[in-house]
Amino acid sequence: MTKIEVTVDGEKVSDDVEPRMLLVQYLREKLGKTGTVIGCDTSNCGACTVHLDGRSVKSCNVLAVQADGHEVTTIEGLAKNGELHPMQAAFRECHALQCGFCTPGMIMQSVDLLNENPNPTEGEIRAGIEGNLCRCTGYHNIVKAVQHAAGGAS
Amino acid sequence: MTATQDRPALEIGKDRRRKEDQRLITGRTRWTDNFQLPGMLHLAMVRSPYAHAKILNVSTDEAKASLNVVTVLTGADVADEQGGLPNAWAITTDQITPNHPSIAVDRVAFAGEIVAVVVARSAAAARDAAELVDVDYEELPAAIDLKEAAEDKVLAHPDLGTNKSAFWQFDSAGAGTGGSIDEAIDKARTDGIVIEREYRQQRLIPAFMEPRSVVVDPTSEQITMWSATQNPHILRFLLAAVLGVSESKIRVIAPDVGGGFGGKLQVTPEEFITFMAARRLGKPCKYTETRSESLMAAHHGRDQWQKLTLAATKDGRVTGLKVDLIADLGAYVALVGGGVPVLGAFMFNSIYKFEAYQFNCQTVLTNKTWTDAYRGAGRPEATFGIERIMDELAAELGVDPLEIREKNWIRNDEFPFTTVCGMEYDSGNYEAATAKAKEIFGYDALRAEQKQRRESGDPVQLGIGVSTFTEMCGLAPSRVLGSLNYGAGGWESASIRMLPTGKVEVVTGSSAHGQGHETAWSQIVADRLGVAFEDVEVLHGDTQIAAKGMDTYGSRSLVVGGEALVLAADKVIEKAKPIAAHLLECSVDDIEFSAGRFGVKGTDQGLAIGEIALATFAAHNLPDGIEPTLDSDATYDPIAFSFPHGTHLCAVEIDTETGGLTMRKYACVDDIGNIINPLIVAGQVHGGLVQGIAQALWEEAVHDEAGTLVSASFVDYLVPTAADTISFDIDHTTSPSTTNTLGTKGVGEAGTIASTPAVVNAVVDAIRHFGVNDVRMPCTPQRIYKAIHSHDVAESGGDPTAGAAAAQFDPQDTADRTEGDVQ
Repeated sequence: MTKIEVTVDGEKVSDDVEPRMLLVQYLREKLGKTGTVIGCDTSNCGACTVHLDGRSVKSCNVLAVQADGHEVTTIEGLAKNGELHPMQAAFRECHALQCGFCTPGMIMQSVDLLNENPNPTEGEIRAGIEGNLCRCTGYHNIVKAVQHAAGGAS
Repeated sequence: MTATQDRPALEIGKDRRRKEDQRLITGRTRWTDNFQLPGMLHLAMVRSPYAHAKILNVSTDEAKASLNVVTVLTGADVADEQGGLPNAWAITTDQITPNHPSIAVDRVAFAGEIVAVVVARSAAAARDAAELVDVDYEELPAAIDLKEAAEDKVLAHPDLGTNKSAFWQFDSAGAGTGGSIDEAIDKARTDGIVIEREYRQQRLIPAFMEPRSVVVDPTSEQITMWSATQNPHILRFLLAAVLGVSESKIRVIAPDVGGGFGGKLQVTPEEFITFMAARRLGKPCKYTETRSESLMAAHHGRDQWQKLTLAATKDGRVTGLKVDLIADLGAYVALVGGGVPVLGAFMFNSIYKFEAYQFNCQTVLTNKTWTDAYRGAGRPEATFGIERIMDELAAELGVDPLEIREKNWIRNDEFPFTTVCGMEYDSGNYEAATAKAKEIFGYDALRAEQKQRRESGDPVQLGIGVSTFTEMCGLAPSRVLGSLNYGAGGWESASIRMLPTGKVEVVTGSSAHGQGHETAWSQIVADRLGVAFEDVEVLHGDTQIAAKGMDTYGSRSLVVGGEALVLAADKVIEKAKPIAAHLLECSVDDIEFSAGRFGVKGTDQGLAIGEIALATFAAHNLPDGIEPTLDSDATYDPIAFSFPHGTHLCAVEIDTETGGLTMRKYACVDDIGNIINPLIVAGQVHGGLVQGIAQALWEEAVHDEAGTLVSASFVDYLVPTAADTISFDIDHTTSPSTTNTLGTKGVGEAGTIASTPAVVNAVVDAIRHFGVNDVRMPCTPQRIYKAIHSHDVAESGGDPTAGAAAAQFDPQDTADRTEGDVQ
């Protein structure tokens, strides 16, 4: 067991964890941050995407101990003071989700995408969320939502 | 009538944002795997690595001795208790159906089958200990290839003596719905055109994003199961029926469910095992599968060989179609498994007027993952077959594929139309949908560009694919299901509870897992009762709340479940009328209900429905003999299937030097009758399209020669990404259904059913001038390249690419290693 201290969604937490515990397991099992989900075991699907020090990571691909001393933001920490993050609002506005399972990861990745490139083309959006799988929407409305959040949508 | 009020115009037809979204976009979700209960134990499965083997010994001592392991269960431990997993649709009365134990007892029949179960205090401990279970197998020959299995070369279940499970036929002459297929083909051989083709429907995996998960809490009087299922009601019934537990002692909850696409309509070994473990141990138990387990052991879809014989006159009028299918069931006959191809039996004739039709289907057992419904279930296969061969007929005649379709389709003035299968299509307008689709697509300009590229020998060729589809959905009239020997009915249930504050609770037997029922149902009820959209709460997916239901699959929720809502709402109104009349001191005959208000004819007197609800709750002043409630239940059994249709057009660019493919444009016009929420409909169409396109271009479940699934992760099973796909141009025409009051038709599967042949037709169209008339799905660059060059040697006398230069080509074409003796 290793003791870690992490800031998750703005709150400091500390736990003893097995060195092999994944960050996503830590979030879900120890902290009850079940908004972040596990969709695969090969880091293909991106459903578990969170921000580590402001950049998107697949939390199944990070050990909990690697997050020691760092800051993690999950889908549950994205809205501030009851106000949806513009990307969350855009997903709702553009019907960019159906079952919603990929949505937390997709939103976290899309936020990161716009942080890096505030005015992406459709092709850049599609390449930017390539690491996140969705089975429901066919991506059409997800692309629209990212455009909407970027302010480029009609 | 004075129209009240502060309500906006009709809800139906509005692009309401979904009620479901707020919690889903903020992570406030209740997936089954989220549940943690006091003392909860975790299960891990030990699965067979062999496709077919005897189990000689299962040694569990080491696993049992591991820290935090509670117990290990084997098939022998539960042999007397577990029964067999149910098949609800024996398609013939003499169907051969192997027993399917949840935990294999003495033999495994596919790689991934469960042989032991570890129960431990944590998921990690369970998984660690599963590695310590030592199973001795004696490997048996495995029936892997579908065509060979159909010849009984190797038996999937030796004790059954054959792999042939059931043979099912529809013959229009025998049924009295059309002529003799043999006569039609004979005549066409003499003085018409006969086209014969064989197509492969590759094996697919539904690949819902949420892995299946099940939690069972045995600590109360009712045993509660949470499961990532499409079918909480059917699951409850079958748990009781198979395990001999009183149905009243079981509660099943489908909380948030992350997609299904048919993949979660199964009643699974994992659900039965978790139930049995929890009952034995008296502790809550949870099992959540890994993605690899999901791809390997959750049911697969499609997997057919289709032989088609089309007879036509010399001018292209189709006179008959004969279909010979073999369909791979996998190792067991799943819940609806054998019935899936039968759902396509009535659809190979599609939108066309054929004189004669025959459908023959042999279902076959193999030692592969079991198969069952995957989005479209039977109808994508049928649509693919007919739309591909109609293109072949057009090519034979040298005419535009839309022209050959128009020559054969049912004209708008011919509806309602009874098909050669005896199905009555209520409404449709193929002319209008096609005209609109052509316009959106820019059909004529693209054809002109194609011609120009063809003539200039452009290395990048343009292909245009057409699919004018219809399907039958909205499963289904119970009597029809009964006549097909299906095990259940096709009704749906709804209840409406009028709360004293004027709010409305709607209980539905449909079980949404992404479809947006909470929103669409609210719109329907808001209009029907004249209440605000926001005042309607939709409850579903819990057998204790929604006691009756037939669940969600087969594009049935709106066209069946939606009609149940209408019936229940109308009952509420009828119950309220005498109370309104009493309070307004008039005759019931003088009460008119409109826009949420009970008015007295010819006056401005009236009461809002909320006022009646409160008065009924108080019950201080009700007419004599009136029950003090407005709450109403309804169960709706449809009188017909639903027949949406549409025209889909796809343009692809193919680099003939590499086989590389780029989708240029995809346009479709779907006629799904009246639309409740256009935003939700668009989402269903987009998602459906990509699943169908993925079958055409990317996805295939591949078993190797030993029966091991080699596409058992998302590295190998190519669910498309955003970077693989394009944005679509979608639109609608509207031919309201005449068989339900809302005028709606199903949409959940339409995109998947229509798009696959549109894409493959485009691929073939791009390279037909190289002598190509088919490219097997998925149409990979390698297959396209090989198709383009398939005539090179014969024509040029040159040598095929060989040696190191050919290293990238797999001579066995291993995207499908189970292909039999193919063309």
